[in-house]
Amino acid sequence: MATTSITVQATPLLAYVLHRADDALILGHRLSEWCGAAPLMEEEMALANMGLDLIGQARALYGYAAELDGGGHTEDDYAYRRDERAFGNLLLLEQPNGDFAQTMVRQLLYSAFIDPYWRALMASPDATLAAIAAKAEKESAYHLRHASEWVIRLGDGTAESHRRAQAALDRLWPYTGELFAPEAAVLAGLVPDPASLRVAWRESVSRVLIQATLRPPAEGWMQSGGRAGAHSEHLGHLLAELQYLPRTYPGAVW
Amino acid sequence: MSEAARRAEIWRVAGAVCDPEIPVLTIADMGVLRAVRLNGDAVEIDITPTYSGCPAMNMIALEIETALEGAGFGRPKVNLVLAPAWTTDFLTAEGREKLRAYGIAPPRKAAGRRGLFGQEQVPCPRCGSVLTEEIAPFGSTSCKALWRCQSCREPFDYFKCH
Ligand SMILES: [Zn+2]
Repeated sequence: MATTSITVQATPLLAYVLHRADDALILGHRLSEWCGAAPLMEEEMALANMGLDLIGQARALYGYAAELDGGGHTEDDYAYRRDERAFGNLLLLEQPNGDFAQTMVRQLLYSAFIDPYWRALMASPDATLAAIAAKAEKESAYHLRHASEWVIRLGDGTAESHRRAQAALDRLWPYTGELFAPEAAVLAGLVPDPASLRVAWRESVSRVLIQATLRPPAEGWMQSGGRAGAHSEHLGHLLAELQYLPRTYPGAVW
Repeated sequence: MSEAARRAEIWRVAGAVCDPEIPVLTIADMGVLRAVRLNGDAVEIDITPTYSGCPAMNMIALEIETALEGAGFGRPKVNLVLAPAWTTDFLTAEGREKLRAYGIAPPRKAAGRRGLFGQEQVPCPRCGSVLTEEIAPFGSTSCKALWRCQSCREPFDYFKCH
């Protein structure tokens, strides 16, 4: 089996499916990094469960990508045999876990977007995407609830937990603009326009921040580039770990 | 055996495969077995995943193959179908009762996602008391949350609504 990277000739729909799959895989991998290091037993389970949901979503999407691609690639090829520049995930999701507050703030900012997004995608004329969304939206609802509860507890907690939650929010906020970046597939009327969810996202996040006594950062310059493969330095390190085994021992099974 | 009888027998054998994580439930109880198709000697089975990341699906597919081969049907083709999305409403009445008897509170029927953000009332599967509380929303598997009963003081698993 080859160890070389694959190249994908992506149509707008295939690119879209890979972007969403990459989002789920990269955040799922980040959450899995908490295995054995979570602050308490219940949280160990919660982080692993959420990571598993996301990796499951990634598998369904990569499986669909393989169908669309027709290049004989498998779901594993997309995860393990593409280079950093070929990944189209949001920059927000590759940001390091940091402390527990940063992980939960990242989860809130993403879940508050993706939960209504999956529900909107359930109306897609593309039956496969609609079916994947119908499964994922039930999972994202749990993730949103869990992250919201933690951000409220941390923000409205001790001076130290408040300080950390605010610092995480300030650090991650510039990555939220990319959530609403236009997707080429929107043009075909197949998928919802992310920008149409901006107001709902803002309201959902604000409700949590108010209860958490956290100050919403001022609107300012936003980071972008993830969808085009221009990543922060963190993704390469993540992929080195994620892809090490299948790249080093091609075709390994156990 | 007539084709209808063969189909019924395949449904019975495949449907009796148990969920590896909740061994009291069969895949028929769970509503995971969706369809059986015959084309001459070839057998095709459709199953649907409960949760996107459910690690039991590969094992369930393998056990269906083994069970059907053991019952004298050739190796079946097992397909994973996504639509319509599985929800806890696909659990049969018998499946719910088996869960409760096993000590897992069954999901409420037609709870829907909105129940998630409201107050849930989950009766204790041991003593029936409704004086219960959630300890952790994510339990030992993707499908369960951890609760405890304030009447009999026992912790219990709750099969989450999806
Ligand atoms: Zn009880």
